[in-house]
Amino acid sequence: MKAEKTKLTEGAVVVTPASTGANKTGSWRTYKPCLDQKKCIRCGICWNFCPDNCFMLKKETENKKYKHRFEINYDYCKGCGICAKECPVKAIMMQREEK
Amino acid sequence: MASKSDDWKPGNIRGLPLEEFFHSGHGACAGCGPAITMRMITKAAGKDSIIVNATGCMEVVSTKYPTTSWGLPWVHGAFENAAPIASGIHAALAAQGTRAKHNIVVIAGDGATYDIGFGAISAAFERGDKFTYICYNNEAYANTGSQQSGATPKHAWTTTTPIGKIIHGKEVEKKPLTEIIAAHKIPYIATASTAYPLDLFNKIKKSFTFDGPSFINVLTPCVLTWKYDSSLSVELARLAVDTGMWLVYEIENGKFTLNIQPKGLPVKNYLAKQGRFKHLTDADIAEIQMHLDKQNKELVAERECVNKAEEKI
Repeated sequence: MKAEKTKLTEGAVVVTPASTGANKTGSWRTYKPCLDQKKCIRCGICWNFCPDNCFMLKKETENKKYKHRFEINYDYCKGCGICAKECPVKAIMMQREEK
Repeated sequence: MASKSDDWKPGNIRGLPLEEFFHSGHGACAGCGPAITMRMITKAAGKDSIIVNATGCMEVVSTKYPTTSWGLPWVHGAFENAAPIASGIHAALAAQGTRAKHNIVVIAGDGATYDIGFGAISAAFERGDKFTYICYNNEAYANTGSQQSGATPKHAWTTTTPIGKIIHGKEVEKKPLTEIIAAHKIPYIATASTAYPLDLFNKIKKSFTFDGPSFINVLTPCVLTWKYDSSLSVELARLAVDTGMWLVYEIENGKFTLNIQPKGLPVKNYLAKQGRFKHLTDADIAEIQMHLDKQNKELVAERECVNKAEEKI
């Protein structure tokens, strides 16, 4: 097999900030966090402590009490379970991943 | 600050800004404590910051060539020269007359800070160059497979301090690095924990206000080295503070403040959750507890004594 040549920048400088997005780390997961929107109080603690920045902020359309809701980005979630552990109202449950 | 209202305020989750500078897709382990800390540090530093990263986990996992997780200007130096690079950037920006626009933040692990880079850090602090040095302290060389570092606590397992009939983990106490840095009399020295993001955030923001170097030592658990379930990263960082294993304080222009009063929980609560301490006997735990109580009492008493002496002058 012939190795492909990679074109290097001068000094091997990386010129594309925030570019690890192509690395979908969600495939590492064994357990999957499931967020119960009815129980969620939007405190943001899960967002705060997520090592992979997987809590996306979306506009709330169903529940009139809140303006925003969190949704989990399963492309990057590694299933560590910190969010489920830290959630003060136990709105996040870890379930076995089925693929 | 966190508000009591039931709705979430954009840009105000527990006081942290929404903008991300440490992005998804990095290769840190599931539940990585340092990765959480990186998100907090970069949020506090803001968009005009320049990050200098010493060799360590956070450099390795975030920059798989030709990509990077960082959304900020980022320089990688070897283990020992993160502080000199920061000095160089400080000098260069000062020469250009743009020093006031940027925050220079050094991020290094405990191996780079406690051991390998220590001489260079000491020299940079002696020179008085203005930058914030943040040590994310996971108490071992976790990146290369958990070897003992100067920050590893006594009795802890690492691959270079194995458990046997004679040796019970690391045989000596850890280096009191924060106190050693305090002896340099730089304007701002602080310790923090990953479990208290607002405290860390405020400390980093405050460190930018001083005209000189500042040092922040952040305790941040490592899943592989500490050997615990990945969901416990934040819990352990909190327990370390509650049991007094990690004192959260700051020394601002010589004035000491204990920011979070330890709850006085028995240290066993903290040790029992970690595989690296599972070999400990009751006698070992009693020894750790006794030493800890003495050491914390001494540190607080000494520093308060200095506070009083300064008030008199």
